[in-house]
Amino acid sequence: MTPWLRRQRALADYTLASLARRKGKNIALVAVYAIVVFVLASAMFFAASLRLETSAVLRDAPEVTVQKITMGRQDLIDGAVADEIGKIRGVTSAKPRLWGYYYDRIVGANYTVMVPDDPEMIPEPGSVIVGEGIPRARGFKWSGAPLFLSRYEGDLKRFNVARAFESDSALMTSDLMLMNETDFRDFFEIPAGLYTDVVATVRNPNEVATIVEKGSNALPQMRFVTRSDIERTYQKLFDWREGLLAALAAAGILAFVIFAAEKASGLSAEEMREIGILKAVGWDTRDVIAMKLWEGGLVSLGAFLLGTVTAFAHVFFFGAPLFAPILKGWAVIYPDFALAPHVDGLELLTLALLTIVPYIAATLVPIWRVASGDPDAVMR
Amino acid sequence: MIFQTPIMALLLVAGLASLTALWSGGFAVQVLRRWNLADMSRAQLQRERATELVSTLFAAVMLAELAALLLFVFNADRMASLFVGAMCAVGTLNVNGYGFPALYLKIGVFFAAVLWLMLDRADRMGRDYPLTRVKYGVLLAIVPLVLADAGTELAYFLNMHTDVITSCCSKLFTPANAGLANEMASIGPGASLWLLGGAGVFVAATGGFALWRGRGFGLYALASVLMFALALTAVVSVISPYIYEYPNHHCPFCILKPEYNYYGYALYIPLFLGTGLGVGAGMLSLFRSRESLAEKLPAMIRRQVIWSMAGFAGFGLATLYAIASSNLIIFG
Repeated sequence: MTPWLRRQRALADYTLASLARRKGKNIALVAVYAIVVFVLASAMFFAASLRLETSAVLRDAPEVTVQKITMGRQDLIDGAVADEIGKIRGVTSAKPRLWGYYYDRIVGANYTVMVPDDPEMIPEPGSVIVGEGIPRARGFKWSGAPLFLSRYEGDLKRFNVARAFESDSALMTSDLMLMNETDFRDFFEIPAGLYTDVVATVRNPNEVATIVEKGSNALPQMRFVTRSDIERTYQKLFDWREGLLAALAAAGILAFVIFAAEKASGLSAEEMREIGILKAVGWDTRDVIAMKLWEGGLVSLGAFLLGTVTAFAHVFFFGAPLFAPILKGWAVIYPDFALAPHVDGLELLTLALLTIVPYIAATLVPIWRVASGDPDAVMR
Repeated sequence: MIFQTPIMALLLVAGLASLTALWSGGFAVQVLRRWNLADMSRAQLQRERATELVSTLFAAVMLAELAALLLFVFNADRMASLFVGAMCAVGTLNVNGYGFPALYLKIGVFFAAVLWLMLDRADRMGRDYPLTRVKYGVLLAIVPLVLADAGTELAYFLNMHTDVITSCCSKLFTPANAGLANEMASIGPGASLWLLGGAGVFVAATGGFALWRGRGFGLYALASVLMFALALTAVVSVISPYIYEYPNHHCPFCILKPEYNYYGYALYIPLFLGTGLGVGAGMLSLFRSRESLAEKLPAMIRRQVIWSMAGFAGFGLATLYAIASSNLIIFG
């Protein structure tokens, strides 16, 4: 072992013993520190796994969505547009879609109503397939209960529930209701030949930009939304919410920094005596600073580990009950979903910089002030 | 775009580093004007004590800056998904004119801080602090660098607009365009490997000579700089294509991605260490003749040369492994 390593080991050894001598005070410090880490870490882990979840969900979405814009609002689109889009080279398929929202006045929730593309998912006339959130919101007591939908006062339409989706796709299907095309047009009174929008799949993702350009030249009144646009918007949204929470936590960090600086400069008489004795027996200023830095390092390490581990449990085992409303938004029918545990080096490094750097910065000057005093002045 | 946690962390580090630099700069001016070890006044004693604080603060800043450099590149890579046209860190750094200058300044600050810490260590070895004036003169030169780094970084993040269409690394690092990046990419893989090998031999020879004879450290520092430049060129022109197993992809940033097992870190960390220690050895050898350092300093310089050579050897091994384990065949 080199002399340097031996010195560090001896310092660590001494510091641990000295920390253990003032157990109560140090445990309080670590606890407060760990709470700061916990708050930030929870926000970061949660936002990161939401970002991951969205990009996983959007992986199967169509590359391009075409909407008709009339007077700045989205309007019903002619089915013939799909054929025109389909003719652009590079587009694998273009299909018109029928979907919309239905406001259920009984429970005050919005459902997404859709005509499925997959023939296996098309329900029989007069029946619907629903996501797990709808029977939950309606409080269905038994399976097979019919669903009554009312579009306006005095109107009532009956649908049989053919089946409900499993909850493993809850993020996407919780509020979803599938109908067949005839029922849909009848229910929403949409004339034949008109659709909500058109989606196109593209074989080579590098060609999306060119296809959008060609399409908007041919159909200038249409709006083209690409999958990466949607993904970027979600990323930014979650980033922004995470950043906002972190900025709010900054007030907490600041308070903690003041607390730490105060604690480091206002040493107890006993600690002062200890440093005085160390200096009297031959430690120089540098050794005392090194010892104090070890103390700060060990406290930081303990608090960081404690904070991240509890934040991990809070987010991934308990679903982040403390922050979820801010980060994921809310709705009457909110999907029940478990987050996939995911932590990466970037998050840990950011977290370390945001919490440990302020702590070290706050304690360095007080440490130096104590360490550089004369032994007799410190002890007096 | 300032409401992103990694960006907030980076700005926090840059802000604290600037504060430290400003305060240390003020102190440095005082030291340069009034430092006198023979003086027994209270003011001199306080100055001597404050040097401890400056050393500690600077060491802390350097550690934080090292972490910030890693975070800066890592974050640029992750943010690429927010910009149209960006596929890795290059696209994010190209979003506005401040991105690459910010990266270069960060690397500059890192090297400057490493060199300063070596000076500091050497200075504390002598009983009479023989290098104090040199040390604080150098510190004054580092202050503007740290401030420029913080300013550029702030400008970079404030001017980050996601509606800008940026360019991908495959556009920047191709032989077809004009510019330094493309010059690097267009050097033939064979020529670039020969040059790298030559630089390696040069480093080994000068290092061996310096260790054997105890002089020629300046030449070794020069060899380290040469090795650094040629190694980066080789990464762009030949090593990256081997890692990607694709002859036309030259990006030196994509190798840092998880898809390529973070292989880039195995290349860059030893390379940066080797260069920093090598240049530092050359710098320290200027002060070998100082009386109070004559005993300990040569040993420190020797250790640095040995570690520097070990760093370059690590880079060489990582390069050889990348080539040997790749399925790409460029030669033969």
